[in-house]
Order: sequence, then C-alpha cells, then structure tokens
Amino acid sequence: MNVLNKKRWSPYLAGTLLGVLSWFAFLTAGQPLGVSSTFVRAAGMLESTVAPEHVSANDYFKATKVKLDWEWMIALGILAGAFISSKMSKEEKGEAVPALWAARFGPSPGRRMLGAFLGGVLLIFGARLAGGCTSGHGLSGSMQLALSGWVFFACIFVSGVATAKLLFRGGKS
Amino acid sequence: MIEIEAPGRLLLGLVTGVLFGFFLQKGGVSKYAVITGQFLLRDFTMMKMMMTAIIVGGAGAYAMHSMGWVNLTIKPMLMGGVIIGALVFGVAMTVLGYCPGTAVAACAEGRKDALMGVLGMIAGAVVYAEMFPWLKSTVLALPDEGKITLPGVTGMPWWIYFAVLAAGAWLLFRWIGRKGYDHGGEA
Repeated sequence: MNVLNKKRWSPYLAGTLLGVLSWFAFLTAGQPLGVSSTFVRAAGMLESTVAPEHVSANDYFKATKVKLDWEWMIALGILAGAFISSKMSKEEKGEAVPALWAARFGPSPGRRMLGAFLGGVLLIFGARLAGGCTSGHGLSGSMQLALSGWVFFACIFVSGVATAKLLFRGGKS
Repeated sequence: MIEIEAPGRLLLGLVTGVLFGFFLQKGGVSKYAVITGQFLLRDFTMMKMMMTAIIVGGAGAYAMHSMGWVNLTIKPMLMGGVIIGALVFGVAMTVLGYCPGTAVAACAEGRKDALMGVLGMIAGAVVYAEMFPWLKSTVLALPDEGKITLPGVTGMPWWIYFAVLAAGAWLLFRWIGRKGYDHGGEA
C-alpha cells in the first residue's frame, strides 16, 4: 500500500517532516511557520467590507496589517493539503459531535457548535494576546529556543490539562 | 485597498501550507479526540509530534543560522501577554479540540464543529481588535523581557539544548509507553 494512502503516520515521522518543512520556511520565506495572524487579517478583510474607516482607524489592524500575505496562503494551503491527505486515505467524513464530547455533554449538535464557536473566540483571543499560537509559539518559537515559545508551551499544557480534568470529571474515561 | 504580497511569495506560502496541512492530517492532530486526549494525558500523539518537530526543525534552523543562511525570528517574552494568553489558549484548545492550524485541517475533513471554531476565531479577532486599546494599557503593559532565547540567557550553546531535549523526549515517551498511558491511535 502506498504510504500516501495510509490513514495515519507515526507522530515521529509527521513531526520530522514538519521540522524539515520549517527549514524550508526559514530558507525560502525568511520566517518560521505560523497561522494565527491570518485570522486577524481575515477578520479585518471581512470587517473592511462593512466598515472600512473603522478598520483603518483601529490600532491593532494598523499593527497587523490587513493584507493577503504568505501566512494567509499557509492557512489556505493547510485546508488544501489536509483535504488531499484525507481524500487519499479515504477518511470517513468527520462527525459533527465528537464521541468524547458527546460522552460528557450529550449528543446535541447545537451545544457542540456553540461550544466550538466560543472556544474559537477564546482561542484566537489567547493567541493574539500571546503573539502566536501552537504553530508560531509552540513549534516555531520553541524550536528557536525562544523563552516565549517554551513559556507558551508550558502554560497551554498547564491550563489544558487542568481544563480537561475539570470538564471531563465524571465523564467516560 | 487590501495589500497583496508578490505572487511568487504567495505561491511559496501555498506550497508550504499544502505540505503543512498534509503532515498535520497524516499525523492525526486534526481530530478532537487526539487534541483533547493529549490534555487528558491519554493520547500523546500531539506531544510526540511537536517534540520531534521542535528537535529536528530547531537543530536544523540553528545549524543554518550558524552558517549565516537564515535569520531567526524570536517573539518577545511579554510577561502578561504570553502567560495570560497561553493560559486562555489552553482552556480554549481543550473546549474546541483544535488549535488554529489543526482547526483548518479539520474543516478539510468535513468537520462542522471545526468550521464553527474557525468562525469563532474570526469573531474573536474582531473582539480582540476592539479591546486592543484596553489590553494595551493593562495586560500588555506588563513587563516585556524582549526577544530572549534560552542560549542567550544561560550562555550554553544551542546544540546542548537539542541533545538534552532529544534524550529527555526519548526517555519520557519510552516511560509513557511502558506504563501504558498512551492510547494514541486508538481513537
């Protein structure tokens, strides 16, 4: 069987390839892998269509310029790459309510969608406050041995583990 | 008008992104059970993948840097922003079950909850931009220690860090495997 058609690769193989991909990013783009600023730029673009003056007057959109850039294409590329990968391995269509969530919060799709939306709001809020996400800080920052990257990595683990233990207490384990 | 970078650079970003998405999907981190399973300490896929990428990517980046081929780009250590932001991020990542990059990858698998997460992230960016002036005078006004690195702080050469990380990760994952803590790949 072709390795590209396999559903899962070893995390060590996937991680090694991600590491090599980051060399490529440093060499060709002069910057490491990152994703989260794209959401700010996407928000700025959408908001610009209804309130352009409001966006151009905003200090944050001044600092994180609303533009179509390399990192934007990373996000689009992730969408395409993950799509190609899942098609090649004939991945079944993902369930709307993950089993782990359903076991704790019930099968209601509405509740899951609301949870996911609010999670997304908080996620980007945290990422922009920190100045990066799992890619920009967690991967790229940590690999450059940046103190900020390792502090980020440690803090998301502390709060993630605490949240998981609280949320799923009493749930199926 | 929205600024657009040079087409060559955009194409490069697209190629890099396609590979990024492919590796994330093949690694299995575009799934709720894998991300949340990591925080429940039941599935170590995410940590194994990240540690490997950090060691391989970092050793290469530093080696290329020492030959003058690449520049490193270090993010500042904001005492308020990084710590509080990461704590919020950890809560959100557990509830959503994806991080920004893997949420996009999960959308490509047809996961509706990931799509809601992406919409939430765009909304979150609007909220953040609105609150930015207030954040700047509070959380982001806490000390900025600057763009510091571990070798810079300790004076120890970079390769020692990667050697120690590799040995530490190997021992840790071997121990986790022996104890039977890792149920990764079962979900």
